[in-house]
Amino acid sequence: MLNVGAIRETVNMIKEENLDIRTVTMGISLYDCQSDDTKRLADKIYDKITRSAGRLTEVTRTLEKRYGIPIINSRVSVTPISYMAGGLHSTDDCVLIAKTLDRAADALGINFIGGYSAMVQKGEINSAKLLIDSIPEALAGTGKVCSSVNVASTKAGINMDAVRRMGEVIKETSYLTRESASIGCAKLVVFANVPEDNPFMAGAFHGTGEAEHVINVGVSGPGVVAAAIRRAGECDLTAVAETIKKTAFKITRVGQLIATEAAEMLGVPFGIVDLSLAPTPAVGDSVAHILEEIGLERCGAHGTTAALAMLNDAVKKGGVMASSHVGGLSGAFIPVSEDAGMIDAAACGALTIEKLEAMTAVCSVGLDMIAIPGDTPAEVISGIIADEMAIGVVNSKTTAVRLIPAYGKTVGDELSFGGLLGTAPVMEVNTYSPSVFVKRGGRIPAPIQSLKN
Amino acid sequence: MKAVITVVGCDSIGIIAGISAECARYGVNISEITQSVLAEYFVMIMIVDIAHLTCDFSDFVDAMEKHGRERSLEIHVMHENIFNSMHEI
Repeated sequence: MLNVGAIRETVNMIKEENLDIRTVTMGISLYDCQSDDTKRLADKIYDKITRSAGRLTEVTRTLEKRYGIPIINSRVSVTPISYMAGGLHSTDDCVLIAKTLDRAADALGINFIGGYSAMVQKGEINSAKLLIDSIPEALAGTGKVCSSVNVASTKAGINMDAVRRMGEVIKETSYLTRESASIGCAKLVVFANVPEDNPFMAGAFHGTGEAEHVINVGVSGPGVVAAAIRRAGECDLTAVAETIKKTAFKITRVGQLIATEAAEMLGVPFGIVDLSLAPTPAVGDSVAHILEEIGLERCGAHGTTAALAMLNDAVKKGGVMASSHVGGLSGAFIPVSEDAGMIDAAACGALTIEKLEAMTAVCSVGLDMIAIPGDTPAEVISGIIADEMAIGVVNSKTTAVRLIPAYGKTVGDELSFGGLLGTAPVMEVNTYSPSVFVKRGGRIPAPIQSLKN
Repeated sequence: MKAVITVVGCDSIGIIAGISAECARYGVNISEITQSVLAEYFVMIMIVDIAHLTCDFSDFVDAMEKHGRERSLEIHVMHENIFNSMHEI
Protein backbone atom coordinates (compact mmCIF):
# COMPACT_ATOMS: atom_id res chain seq x y z
CA MET A 1 0.00 0.00 0.00
CA LEU A 2 1.52 3.30 -1.06
CA ASN A 3 1.68 6.01 1.56
CA VAL A 4 2.74 9.62 1.38
CA GLY A 5 5.73 9.22 3.70
CA ALA A 6 7.19 6.37 1.67
CA ILE A 7 6.64 8.21 -1.61
CA ARG A 8 8.31 11.35 -0.28
CA GLU A 9 11.23 9.36 1.08
CA THR A 10 11.87 7.59 -2.23
CA VAL A 11 11.54 10.73 -4.33
CA ASN A 12 13.81 12.60 -1.94
CA MET A 13 16.46 9.85 -2.09
CA ILE A 14 16.56 10.04 -5.87
CA LYS A 15 16.19 13.77 -6.44
CA GLU A 16 18.07 15.20 -3.45
CA GLU A 17 20.42 12.52 -2.19
CA ASN A 18 21.83 11.15 -5.46
CA LEU A 19 20.40 7.65 -5.25
CA ASP A 20 21.05 5.94 -8.54
CA ILE A 21 21.80 2.63 -10.14
CA ARG A 22 25.51 2.84 -10.83
CA THR A 23 25.71 0.15 -13.46
CA VAL A 24 23.76 -2.49 -15.29
CA THR A 25 26.45 -4.83 -16.57
CA MET A 26 25.85 -7.67 -18.98
CA GLY A 27 28.26 -10.55 -18.67
CA ILE A 28 28.91 -12.35 -21.93
CA SER A 29 30.78 -15.62 -22.39
CA LEU A 30 33.23 -15.64 -25.27
CA TYR A 31 34.11 -19.33 -25.09
CA ASP A 32 32.27 -20.09 -28.32
CA CYS A 33 34.36 -17.46 -30.12
CA GLN A 34 37.57 -19.50 -29.86
CA SER A 35 39.66 -19.63 -33.02
CA ASP A 36 43.34 -20.08 -33.76
CA ASP A 37 43.05 -17.37 -36.40
CA THR A 38 43.30 -14.01 -34.62
CA LYS A 39 41.29 -12.07 -37.20
CA ARG A 40 38.55 -14.69 -37.07
CA LEU A 41 38.63 -14.59 -33.26
CA ALA A 42 38.26 -10.80 -33.32
CA ASP A 43 35.32 -10.96 -35.73
CA LYS A 44 33.54 -13.59 -33.68
CA ILE A 45 34.07 -11.61 -30.45
CA TYR A 46 32.71 -8.43 -32.06
CA ASP A 47 29.66 -10.22 -33.42
CA LYS A 48 28.91 -12.03 -30.16
CA ILE A 49 29.14 -8.90 -28.02
CA THR A 50 27.15 -6.63 -30.31
CA ARG A 51 24.50 -9.33 -30.88
CA SER A 52 24.15 -10.20 -27.18
CA ALA A 53 24.06 -6.66 -25.79
CA GLY A 54 22.42 -4.92 -28.75
CA ARG A 55 19.41 -3.89 -26.66
CA LEU A 56 21.23 -3.19 -23.38
CA THR A 57 21.22 0.61 -23.49
CA GLU A 58 17.66 0.72 -24.85
CA VAL A 59 16.46 -1.44 -21.94
CA THR A 60 18.27 0.61 -19.29
CA ARG A 61 16.82 3.81 -20.76
CA THR A 62 13.32 2.34 -20.58
CA LEU A 63 13.79 1.30 -16.95
CA GLU A 64 15.23 4.69 -16.09
CA LYS A 65 12.05 6.31 -17.37
CA ARG A 66 9.70 3.79 -15.78
CA TYR A 67 11.10 4.15 -12.29
CA GLY A 68 12.41 7.69 -12.44
CA ILE A 69 15.81 6.59 -11.17
CA PRO A 70 19.02 7.42 -13.05
CA ILE A 71 20.92 4.41 -14.39
CA ILE A 72 24.37 5.92 -14.78
CA ASN A 73 26.17 3.26 -16.78
CA SER A 74 25.39 0.36 -19.07
CA ARG A 75 28.41 -1.88 -19.40
CA VAL A 76 29.59 -5.23 -20.66
CA SER A 77 31.98 -7.73 -19.12
CA VAL A 78 33.40 -10.64 -21.07
CA THR A 79 35.31 -13.86 -20.48
CA PRO A 80 38.93 -13.00 -19.58
CA ILE A 81 40.60 -12.48 -22.92
CA SER A 82 43.66 -14.48 -21.85
CA TYR A 83 41.43 -17.58 -22.09
CA MET A 84 41.07 -16.98 -25.83
CA ALA A 85 44.48 -18.61 -25.88
CA GLY A 86 44.37 -20.30 -29.28
CA GLY A 87 44.12 -17.00 -31.12
CA LEU A 88 46.71 -15.07 -29.14
CA HIS A 89 50.16 -15.65 -30.64
CA SER A 90 51.76 -12.28 -29.87
CA THR A 91 51.16 -9.06 -27.96
CA ASP A 92 49.95 -7.53 -31.25
CA ASP A 93 47.23 -10.17 -31.38
CA CYS A 94 46.17 -9.20 -27.86
CA VAL A 95 46.06 -5.51 -28.79
CA LEU A 96 43.93 -6.35 -31.82
CA ILE A 97 41.41 -8.02 -29.53
CA ALA A 98 41.47 -5.00 -27.18
CA LYS A 99 40.68 -2.74 -30.13
CA THR A 100 37.88 -5.12 -31.11
CA LEU A 101 36.37 -4.82 -27.62
CA ASP A 102 36.65 -1.04 -27.89
CA ARG A 103 34.85 -1.04 -31.24
CA ALA A 104 32.10 -3.24 -29.84
CA ALA A 105 31.68 -0.88 -26.86
CA ASP A 106 31.39 2.08 -29.26
CA ALA A 107 28.80 0.26 -31.34
CA LEU A 108 26.72 -0.51 -28.24
CA GLY A 109 26.95 3.03 -26.82
CA ILE A 110 28.30 1.76 -23.48
CA ASN A 111 31.04 3.56 -21.57
CA PHE A 112 33.26 0.67 -20.46
CA ILE A 113 33.87 -2.95 -21.36
CA GLY A 114 35.71 -5.20 -18.91
CA GLY A 115 37.52 -8.47 -19.35
CA TYR A 116 40.92 -7.66 -20.79
CA SER A 117 42.03 -9.85 -17.96
CA ALA A 118 44.23 -12.68 -16.78
CA MET A 119 44.24 -14.99 -13.75
CA VAL A 120 47.82 -15.64 -12.70
CA GLN A 121 47.62 -16.19 -8.94
CA LYS A 122 49.62 -19.40 -9.23
CA GLY A 123 51.29 -19.11 -12.60
CA GLU A 124 50.94 -17.82 -16.12
CA ILE A 125 49.71 -19.64 -19.19
CA ASN A 126 51.39 -18.33 -22.34
CA SER A 127 48.43 -16.23 -23.42
CA ALA A 128 48.20 -14.63 -19.96
CA LYS A 129 51.84 -13.60 -20.23
CA LEU A 130 51.23 -12.11 -23.68
CA LEU A 131 48.12 -10.31 -22.47
CA ILE A 132 49.90 -8.81 -19.46
CA ASP A 133 52.78 -7.66 -21.67
CA SER A 134 50.26 -6.04 -24.02
CA ILE A 135 48.29 -4.13 -21.35
CA PRO A 136 50.10 -0.76 -21.65
CA GLU A 137 49.69 -0.64 -25.42
CA ALA A 138 46.13 -2.00 -25.27
CA LEU A 139 45.02 0.63 -22.75
CA ALA A 140 46.82 3.40 -24.60
CA GLY A 141 45.22 2.39 -27.89
CA THR A 142 41.64 2.09 -26.63
CA GLY A 143 39.22 4.30 -24.73
CA LYS A 144 36.69 1.97 -23.12
CA VAL A 145 38.56 -1.25 -22.44
CA CYS A 146 39.22 -2.14 -18.80
CA SER A 147 41.87 -4.58 -17.68
CA SER A 148 42.39 -6.63 -14.55
CA VAL A 149 44.94 -9.17 -13.40
CA ASN A 150 44.43 -11.49 -10.43
CA VAL A 151 47.85 -12.11 -8.89
CA ALA A 152 46.91 -13.69 -5.56
CA SER A 153 44.32 -15.81 -3.80
CA THR A 154 43.81 -17.28 -0.37
CA LYS A 155 44.10 -20.77 -1.84
CA ALA A 156 47.13 -20.14 -4.06
CA GLY A 157 49.06 -17.46 -2.18
CA ILE A 158 50.73 -14.51 -3.91
CA ASN A 159 52.48 -14.83 -7.26
CA MET A 160 55.35 -12.42 -6.63
CA ASP A 161 56.66 -12.72 -10.19
CA ALA A 162 53.31 -11.35 -11.36
CA VAL A 163 53.34 -8.69 -8.63
CA ARG A 164 56.74 -7.55 -9.81
CA ARG A 165 55.64 -7.50 -13.43
CA MET A 166 52.47 -5.53 -12.65
CA GLY A 167 54.54 -2.76 -11.04
CA GLU A 168 56.32 -2.38 -14.37
CA VAL A 169 53.10 -2.66 -16.39
CA ILE A 170 51.50 0.14 -14.36
CA LYS A 171 54.54 2.37 -14.96
CA GLU A 172 54.52 1.63 -18.70
CA THR A 173 50.78 2.30 -18.90
CA SER A 174 51.25 5.60 -17.09
CA TYR A 175 53.96 6.60 -19.57
CA LEU A 176 52.06 5.59 -22.70
CA THR A 177 48.96 7.53 -21.59
CA ARG A 178 50.92 10.50 -20.19
CA GLU A 179 49.20 12.94 -22.57
CA SER A 180 45.82 12.19 -21.00
CA ALA A 181 46.59 12.25 -17.25
CA SER A 182 47.97 8.68 -17.32
CA ILE A 183 44.35 7.57 -17.61
CA GLY A 184 45.30 4.08 -18.75
CA CYS A 185 46.14 3.26 -15.13
CA ALA A 186 42.58 4.17 -14.09
CA LYS A 187 41.42 1.26 -16.23
CA LEU A 188 43.80 -1.31 -14.78
CA VAL A 189 43.28 -3.21 -11.52
CA VAL A 190 45.49 -5.76 -9.78
CA PHE A 191 43.46 -8.16 -7.64
CA ALA A 192 43.64 -10.73 -4.89
CA ASN A 193 40.63 -13.09 -4.67
CA VAL A 194 38.93 -11.42 -7.61
CA PRO A 195 35.14 -12.00 -7.76
CA GLU A 196 33.91 -13.44 -11.06
CA ASP A 197 30.57 -11.64 -11.13
CA ASN A 198 31.58 -8.09 -10.32
CA PRO A 199 29.58 -5.52 -12.33
CA PHE A 200 31.86 -2.58 -11.46
CA MET A 201 34.75 -1.35 -13.59
CA ALA A 202 37.61 -1.52 -14.00
CA GLY A 203 37.64 -5.01 -12.48
CA ALA A 204 34.60 -6.59 -14.16
CA PHE A 205 34.89 -9.76 -16.18
CA HIS A 206 32.61 -12.70 -16.92
CA GLY A 207 33.81 -15.60 -14.79
CA THR A 208 34.37 -19.17 -15.89
CA GLY A 209 31.45 -20.59 -13.90
CA GLU A 210 28.93 -18.09 -15.23
CA ALA A 211 26.06 -18.67 -17.68
CA GLU A 212 26.25 -17.76 -21.37
CA HIS A 213 24.87 -14.30 -20.55
CA VAL A 214 23.99 -12.68 -17.24
CA ILE A 215 22.81 -9.35 -15.86
CA ASN A 216 24.58 -7.99 -12.78
CA VAL A 217 23.67 -4.69 -11.18
CA GLY A 218 25.68 -2.34 -8.99
CA VAL A 219 23.79 0.11 -6.81
CA SER A 220 25.06 3.33 -5.32
CA GLY A 221 23.81 5.64 -2.63
CA PRO A 222 26.44 7.09 -0.26
CA GLY A 223 24.44 10.34 -0.22
CA VAL A 224 21.33 8.52 0.97
CA VAL A 225 23.22 6.83 3.82
CA ALA A 226 24.88 10.09 4.90
CA ALA A 227 21.52 11.89 4.91
CA ALA A 228 19.88 9.11 6.95
CA ILE A 229 22.64 9.30 9.58
CA ARG A 230 22.27 13.08 9.68
CA ARG A 231 18.53 12.73 10.25
CA ALA A 232 19.13 10.16 13.00
CA GLY A 233 20.80 12.98 14.96
CA GLU A 234 22.41 12.32 18.33
CA CYS A 235 22.35 8.59 18.90
CA ASP A 236 24.78 5.83 19.77
CA LEU A 237 26.61 3.64 17.27
CA THR A 238 24.09 0.80 17.62
CA ALA A 239 21.44 3.18 16.33
CA VAL A 240 23.78 4.43 13.57
CA ALA A 241 24.38 0.85 12.42
CA GLU A 242 20.63 0.19 12.42
CA THR A 243 20.03 3.32 10.34
CA ILE A 244 22.65 2.22 7.81
CA LYS A 245 21.13 -1.27 7.62
CA LYS A 246 17.63 0.00 6.96
CA THR A 247 18.88 2.43 4.32
CA ALA A 248 21.00 -0.23 2.62
CA PHE A 249 17.94 -2.48 2.48
CA LYS A 250 15.98 0.16 0.58
CA ILE A 251 18.84 0.97 -1.77
CA THR A 252 19.39 -2.68 -2.57
CA ARG A 253 15.71 -3.32 -3.22
CA VAL A 254 15.86 -0.81 -6.05
CA GLY A 255 18.91 -2.61 -7.44
CA GLN A 256 17.08 -5.93 -7.24
CA LEU A 257 14.04 -4.45 -9.02
CA ILE A 258 16.12 -3.03 -11.86
CA ALA A 259 18.22 -6.20 -12.14
CA THR A 260 15.27 -8.57 -12.39
CA GLU A 261 13.39 -6.36 -14.84
CA ALA A 262 16.45 -5.75 -17.02
CA ALA A 263 17.16 -9.48 -17.06
CA GLU A 264 13.57 -10.28 -18.01
CA MET A 265 13.44 -7.66 -20.76
CA LEU A 266 16.71 -8.90 -22.24
CA GLY A 267 15.81 -12.57 -21.85
CA VAL A 268 18.96 -13.18 -19.83
CA PRO A 269 19.35 -14.69 -16.33
CA PHE A 270 19.66 -12.32 -13.38
CA GLY A 271 23.03 -12.83 -11.74
CA ILE A 272 23.66 -10.71 -8.67
CA VAL A 273 23.19 -7.33 -7.09
CA ASP A 274 26.46 -5.84 -5.89
CA LEU A 275 25.84 -4.09 -2.58
CA SER A 276 28.68 -1.64 -2.84
CA LEU A 277 28.30 2.00 -1.84
CA ALA A 278 29.93 3.60 -4.86
CA PRO A 279 30.76 7.29 -4.50
CA THR A 280 31.07 9.90 -7.24
CA PRO A 281 32.95 13.20 -7.18
CA ALA A 282 29.58 15.00 -6.92
CA VAL A 283 28.87 16.83 -3.68
CA GLY A 284 26.61 14.68 -1.48
CA ASP A 285 27.71 11.35 -2.95
CA SER A 286 30.73 10.57 -0.81
CA VAL A 287 31.67 7.61 1.39
CA ALA A 288 34.14 9.85 3.25
CA HIS A 289 31.28 12.16 4.15
CA ILE A 290 29.38 9.21 5.67
CA LEU A 291 32.37 8.55 7.93
CA GLU A 292 32.51 12.24 8.82
CA GLU A 293 28.76 12.21 9.48
CA ILE A 294 29.35 9.33 11.93
CA GLY A 295 31.63 11.64 13.87
CA LEU A 296 35.12 11.99 12.42
CA GLU A 297 36.50 15.48 11.85
CA ARG A 298 38.05 14.24 8.63
CA CYS A 299 38.16 10.91 6.85
CA GLY A 300 41.56 9.47 7.74
CA ALA A 301 41.45 10.50 11.40
CA HIS A 302 42.03 7.76 13.97
CA GLY A 303 38.72 5.93 14.24
CA THR A 304 38.23 5.85 10.47
CA THR A 305 38.95 2.14 10.16
CA ALA A 306 36.45 1.28 12.90
CA ALA A 307 33.75 3.53 11.44
CA LEU A 308 34.33 2.08 7.99
CA ALA A 309 34.19 -1.48 9.33
CA MET A 310 30.81 -0.74 10.89
CA LEU A 311 29.54 0.93 7.72
CA ASN A 312 30.67 -1.93 5.52
CA ASP A 313 29.14 -4.57 7.76
CA ALA A 314 25.83 -2.74 8.15
CA VAL A 315 25.53 -2.23 4.38
CA LYS A 316 25.95 -5.97 3.86
CA LYS A 317 23.50 -6.91 6.61
CA GLY A 318 20.83 -4.59 5.21
CA GLY A 319 21.52 -5.47 1.61
CA VAL A 320 21.64 -9.23 1.89
CA MET A 321 18.01 -9.48 2.93
CA ALA A 322 16.92 -7.14 0.14
CA SER A 323 18.24 -9.23 -2.72
CA SER A 324 17.83 -12.84 -3.74
CA HIS A 325 21.44 -13.03 -4.97
CA VAL A 326 24.22 -10.83 -3.72
CA GLY A 327 27.72 -10.93 -5.13
CA GLY A 328 30.46 -8.94 -6.79
CA LEU A 329 32.51 -6.74 -4.51
CA SER A 330 29.73 -5.77 -2.09
CA GLY A 331 30.99 -3.24 0.41
CA ALA A 332 31.95 0.41 0.59
CA PHE A 333 34.28 1.65 -2.15
CA ILE A 334 36.97 4.11 -1.21
CA PRO A 335 38.33 5.37 -4.54
CA VAL A 336 40.15 8.57 -3.68
CA SER A 337 39.69 10.49 -6.94
CA GLU A 338 36.01 9.54 -7.23
CA ASP A 339 34.95 10.76 -3.80
CA ALA A 340 34.73 14.47 -2.95
CA GLY A 341 35.36 13.81 0.76
CA MET A 342 38.38 11.58 0.09
CA ILE A 343 39.85 14.15 -2.28
CA ASP A 344 39.57 16.86 0.37
CA ALA A 345 40.94 14.58 3.10
CA ALA A 346 43.91 13.56 0.96
CA ALA A 347 44.59 17.14 -0.12
CA CYS A 348 44.68 18.44 3.46
CA GLY A 349 46.89 15.59 4.67
CA ALA A 350 44.30 13.86 6.86
CA LEU A 351 44.25 10.79 4.65
CA THR A 352 47.45 8.96 3.77
CA ILE A 353 48.15 5.84 1.74
CA GLU A 354 49.06 3.99 4.93
CA LYS A 355 45.65 4.80 6.43
CA LEU A 356 43.92 3.82 3.20
CA GLU A 357 45.74 0.50 3.35
CA ALA A 358 44.42 -0.11 6.85
CA MET A 359 40.91 0.82 5.69
CA THR A 360 41.06 -1.75 2.91
CA ALA A 361 41.36 -4.51 5.51
CA VAL A 362 37.75 -3.88 6.51
CA CYS A 363 36.00 -2.75 3.35
CA SER A 364 35.55 -3.47 -0.28
CA VAL A 365 38.23 -3.47 -2.94
CA GLY A 366 41.44 -1.75 -1.92
CA LEU A 367 43.84 1.04 -2.77
CA ASP A 368 41.69 2.57 -5.44
CA MET A 369 42.19 5.52 -7.78
CA ILE A 370 45.16 6.89 -5.92
CA ALA A 371 47.56 9.19 -7.75
CA ILE A 372 51.21 8.77 -6.73
CA PRO A 373 54.30 10.67 -7.90
CA GLY A 374 55.22 9.85 -11.49
CA ASP A 375 58.80 9.01 -10.55
CA THR A 376 57.78 6.28 -8.06
CA PRO A 377 59.94 3.26 -8.95
CA ALA A 378 58.19 0.15 -10.31
CA GLU A 379 59.50 -1.89 -7.36
CA VAL A 380 57.80 0.45 -4.90
CA ILE A 381 54.52 0.03 -6.78
CA SER A 382 55.06 -3.74 -6.65
CA GLY A 383 55.68 -3.43 -2.90
CA ILE A 384 52.40 -1.58 -2.47
CA ILE A 385 50.64 -4.27 -4.50
CA ALA A 386 52.25 -7.05 -2.43
CA ASP A 387 51.09 -5.45 0.83
CA GLU A 388 47.55 -5.09 -0.45
CA MET A 389 47.47 -8.63 -1.80
CA ALA A 390 48.64 -9.92 1.59
CA ILE A 391 45.69 -8.21 3.30
CA GLY A 392 43.28 -9.89 0.90
CA VAL A 393 44.92 -13.32 0.99
CA VAL A 394 45.24 -13.54 4.76
CA ASN A 395 41.75 -12.18 5.44
CA SER A 396 40.07 -14.25 2.71
CA LYS A 397 38.65 -11.18 1.03
CA THR A 398 38.96 -9.34 -2.24
CA THR A 399 41.55 -6.59 -2.34
CA ALA A 400 42.82 -4.64 -5.30
CA VAL A 401 45.21 -1.93 -6.34
CA ARG A 402 44.44 0.76 -8.89
CA LEU A 403 47.29 3.25 -8.65
CA ILE A 404 48.02 6.04 -11.09
CA PRO A 405 51.67 7.11 -11.23
CA ALA A 406 51.07 10.69 -12.40
CA TYR A 407 53.63 11.12 -15.15
CA GLY A 408 55.65 14.31 -14.68
CA LYS A 409 53.85 15.22 -11.46
CA THR A 410 54.74 15.09 -7.80
CA VAL A 411 53.21 15.46 -4.34
CA GLY A 412 51.01 18.55 -4.17
CA ASP A 413 50.05 18.36 -7.86
CA GLU A 414 46.69 17.19 -9.03
CA LEU A 415 45.57 14.76 -11.69
CA SER A 416 42.21 15.40 -13.31
CA PHE A 417 40.38 12.72 -15.29
CA GLY A 418 36.97 14.38 -15.49
CA GLY A 419 33.60 12.67 -15.25
CA LEU A 420 33.06 9.86 -12.77
CA LEU A 421 36.80 9.22 -12.46
CA GLY A 422 37.24 12.61 -10.83
CA THR A 423 40.35 14.39 -9.63
CA ALA A 424 43.22 12.94 -7.61
CA PRO A 425 45.69 14.84 -5.48
CA VAL A 426 49.11 13.21 -5.91
CA MET A 427 49.80 11.45 -2.59
CA GLU A 428 53.07 10.86 -0.86
CA VAL A 429 54.57 7.38 -1.04
CA ASN A 430 57.18 5.83 1.23
CA THR A 431 60.08 5.41 -1.18
CA TYR A 432 62.41 3.26 0.94
CA SER A 433 63.14 0.49 -1.49
CA PRO A 434 61.51 -2.96 -1.35
CA SER A 435 63.55 -3.83 -4.44
CA VAL A 436 65.40 -6.90 -3.12
CA PHE A 437 62.21 -8.35 -1.67
CA VAL A 438 60.27 -7.77 -4.88
CA LYS A 439 63.04 -9.12 -7.13
CA ARG A 440 63.28 -12.39 -5.21
CA GLY A 441 60.20 -13.49 -7.16
CA GLY A 442 58.60 -16.85 -6.57
CA ARG A 443 55.39 -17.33 -4.64
CA ILE A 444 54.35 -16.40 -1.15
CA PRO A 445 52.66 -19.61 0.00
CA ALA A 446 48.95 -19.75 0.74
CA PRO A 447 48.27 -18.83 4.37
CA ILE A 448 47.15 -21.29 7.00
CA GLN A 449 43.41 -21.13 7.53
CA SER A 450 43.31 -22.13 11.17
CA LEU A 451 45.11 -20.89 14.30
CA LYS A 452 43.66 -17.47 13.48
CA ASN A 453 45.20 -14.62 15.39
CA MET B 1 -1.07 -1.09 -12.40
CA LYS B 2 -0.37 2.23 -10.79
CA ALA B 3 2.08 5.10 -11.01
CA VAL B 4 2.91 8.00 -8.73
CA ILE B 5 3.05 11.58 -9.98
CA THR B 6 4.75 14.13 -7.75
CA VAL B 7 4.47 17.85 -8.42
CA VAL B 8 6.38 20.68 -6.76
CA GLY B 9 6.47 24.33 -7.76
CA CYS B 10 5.17 27.84 -7.18
CA ASP B 11 1.43 27.92 -6.62
CA SER B 12 -0.70 29.27 -9.44
CA ILE B 13 -4.21 28.92 -10.86
CA GLY B 14 -4.93 25.73 -12.80
CA ILE B 15 -2.04 23.44 -11.82
CA ILE B 16 -4.32 20.52 -10.99
CA ALA B 17 -6.58 21.24 -13.95
CA GLY B 18 -3.61 21.12 -16.33
CA ILE B 19 -2.20 17.89 -14.93
CA SER B 20 -5.61 16.23 -14.78
CA ALA B 21 -6.23 17.13 -18.43
CA GLU B 22 -2.88 15.56 -19.42
CA CYS B 23 -3.79 12.40 -17.50
CA ALA B 24 -7.16 12.18 -19.20
CA ARG B 25 -5.56 12.69 -22.60
CA TYR B 26 -3.41 9.59 -22.13
CA GLY B 27 -6.11 7.39 -20.56
CA VAL B 28 -4.71 7.72 -17.05
CA ASN B 29 -7.26 7.58 -14.21
CA ILE B 30 -6.55 9.53 -11.01
CA SER B 31 -7.07 7.30 -7.94
CA GLU B 32 -5.85 9.54 -5.11
CA ILE B 33 -4.59 13.07 -4.63
CA THR B 34 -2.87 14.55 -1.62
CA GLN B 35 -1.99 18.18 -1.99
CA SER B 36 -0.87 21.11 0.13
CA VAL B 37 0.52 24.60 -0.22
CA LEU B 38 3.47 25.34 2.08
CA ALA B 39 4.34 29.04 2.05
CA GLU B 40 3.90 29.72 -1.67
CA TYR B 41 4.99 26.19 -2.68
CA PHE B 42 2.51 23.86 -4.24
CA VAL B 43 3.17 20.19 -3.38
CA MET B 44 1.07 17.35 -4.72
CA ILE B 45 1.27 13.58 -4.87
CA MET B 46 -1.12 11.74 -7.20
CA ILE B 47 -1.61 8.01 -7.42
CA VAL B 48 -2.91 7.13 -10.86
CA ASP B 49 -4.11 4.00 -12.61
CA ILE B 50 -2.16 3.33 -15.81
CA ALA B 51 -3.93 0.11 -16.84
CA HIS B 52 -5.57 1.88 -19.78
CA LEU B 53 -2.65 4.07 -20.77
CA THR B 54 -2.92 4.88 -24.47
CA CYS B 55 0.83 5.25 -25.10
CA ASP B 56 4.16 3.83 -23.85
CA PHE B 57 4.80 4.61 -20.21
CA SER B 58 8.05 6.35 -21.25
CA ASP B 59 6.11 8.67 -23.57
CA PHE B 60 3.67 9.52 -20.76
CA VAL B 61 6.64 10.34 -18.48
CA ASP B 62 8.09 12.60 -21.19
CA ALA B 63 4.74 14.34 -21.74
CA MET B 64 4.27 15.04 -18.04
CA GLU B 65 7.82 16.30 -17.59
CA LYS B 66 7.40 18.57 -20.60
CA HIS B 67 4.12 19.85 -19.14
CA GLY B 68 6.00 20.61 -15.92
CA ARG B 69 8.89 22.38 -17.64
CA GLU B 70 6.50 24.66 -19.54
CA ARG B 71 4.91 25.76 -16.26
CA SER B 72 8.05 25.84 -14.07
CA LEU B 73 6.82 22.84 -12.11
CA GLU B 74 8.91 19.88 -11.12
CA ILE B 75 6.88 16.86 -12.17
CA HIS B 76 8.09 13.28 -11.73
CA VAL B 77 6.26 10.16 -12.77
CA MET B 78 7.36 6.82 -11.36
CA HIS B 79 5.93 3.32 -11.61
CA GLU B 80 4.56 2.08 -8.27
CA ASN B 81 6.87 -0.96 -8.19
CA ILE B 82 9.83 1.14 -7.05
CA PHE B 83 7.92 2.25 -3.93
CA ASN B 84 6.58 -1.22 -3.24
CA SER B 85 10.07 -2.72 -3.60
CA MET B 86 11.67 -0.20 -1.30
CA HIS B 87 9.13 -0.05 1.46
CA GLU B 88 7.67 -3.56 1.67
CA ILE B 89 9.46 -6.70 2.79
